[in-house]
Amino acid sequence: MNRRIGSALAVAVGIGAVTAAGSGWADEFTKQDQERWEKEYQTVVAKGRELWTSPKLGTNNVACAQCHPNAANTHPETYPKFQKQIGKVITLGEMINWCLRNPLQGKPLALDDPKMIAIEAYVAEERRGVALAPGKH
Amino acid sequence: MSPLKLSRRQLLKSAGVVAGAATLPMTFVKIAQAAPAENFTFAYISDAHIQQIKGAQFVRNWDRGLIRAVAETNLLEPKPDFVIFGGDLAQLGNKAELDHGAEMMSKLKHKTHYVMGEHDYYLDLGEYWSKLFGPQHYSFDHKGVHFVVLNSVLTYDDWTFKRWPTAEQRMNEMAGLDNPNGSPFMVGEKQRAWLKADLDKVDKATPVVVLSHSPLQKLYKGWNFWTEDADEIQALLKPFKTVTVLYGHVHQIQYNQIGNITFHAVMATAWPWPYPQTYAKAKHMMPQLTVPMNRGDPFFERDATGWQFIDVATGRPTLSYNLYNNSVRTVGFNPKTGKPEDRAYQDPSKRIPPQTHF
Repeated sequence: MNRRIGSALAVAVGIGAVTAAGSGWADEFTKQDQERWEKEYQTVVAKGRELWTSPKLGTNNVACAQCHPNAANTHPETYPKFQKQIGKVITLGEMINWCLRNPLQGKPLALDDPKMIAIEAYVAEERRGVALAPGKH
Repeated sequence: MSPLKLSRRQLLKSAGVVAGAATLPMTFVKIAQAAPAENFTFAYISDAHIQQIKGAQFVRNWDRGLIRAVAETNLLEPKPDFVIFGGDLAQLGNKAELDHGAEMMSKLKHKTHYVMGEHDYYLDLGEYWSKLFGPQHYSFDHKGVHFVVLNSVLTYDDWTFKRWPTAEQRMNEMAGLDNPNGSPFMVGEKQRAWLKADLDKVDKATPVVVLSHSPLQKLYKGWNFWTEDADEIQALLKPFKTVTVLYGHVHQIQYNQIGNITFHAVMATAWPWPYPQTYAKAKHMMPQLTVPMNRGDPFFERDATGWQFIDVATGRPTLSYNLYNNSVRTVGFNPKTGKPEDRAYQDPSKRIPPQTHF
């Protein structure tokens, strides 16, 4: 088999598989899809809010919300940015970990930990509508 | 300028403190009288939020804020006539927190008047606090000024008495500043009747200073920067020529003028709070007059916390905010404009980038 025919065959097989699964075209999502995705997202936001107000995230009963009601003063729209106290450009997740280690006297989370993603989702959701301003201090 | 209005440098010199005290973090209040002899000063410490971890372990960060305010207040020279503690000594109102806070406060060498905060109140409705510190509302006279202390953190009876299965849950629900299950603060009908009777006995030319935990003005309901019956209380204060309300709760510099009433907020010793303007979803009524405190630097754990030195002249308090990691801010009544103003930054051209909050 030459290479070109091989690719074409693979694509055909692929389309067949998708069609067989009954999902339609890749980019033709529906209102129901959007509603489901929004629900998935809001579930994670709610988990984030729960963590944000939890005295158990760190070790000293201090919760994120004590200093940051409604996640105010966290400025997610400004990341990545040069965090002068750390001396380099960092992401929001790294700043969250700084807070976990210091005011909360706890352990940092992996940046792909579902808890970290939930916290980031909650912080971003409270800041909905604010224009991106990476690097802003 | 009143003879008692010390510059920060003079204050530090007379306290015999050198380099380390370049970061005094309190609010020192000075009230000026017509007769200079009647000028006096007091200090105002607030919102310590002493928080138990377990047993005899408490959050070190908040402990340090209060210990420092007490130590620095004791160094003041001339000595303040008294100290006000503006409420929220504890985080969740339990005996361990109140006892630990009271022990730290007992190091103060000055007479101290206490104001009730919601974090002190909602576990046992102020019972243990009252055993330690006395009545929840009262008044006293000092060098020609009438001081009134109110418990402004009461709320609807239904919320307090019927809504929560346990006292612990009630405390936790009120402790979350942004918790939608919370309830608006109020002074309430009974205490307002007491206030009216108390004020009826006072000459209307006497300067009045009201001390409350919540603002006695409506700024932002979402975080209880708010008192539900603020309008009724303002109406009771209206006949007086000179009225000042000093309040805690908000952990930030705020000041405002509504009719004859001047409002000043004080800093927390524990941690700063964002301005409601920075919450993208908030509809607020924050005073335009306020030049905000500097944005806090979390890497300095005491930044944007402090206490107040208050200088009273002609019945008007001037607040010096002694900030642990920042320059002192001084806000006082300007008779020319009839409003409180920041002595250095009121002019928009004088403002500095950290005062921009977003």
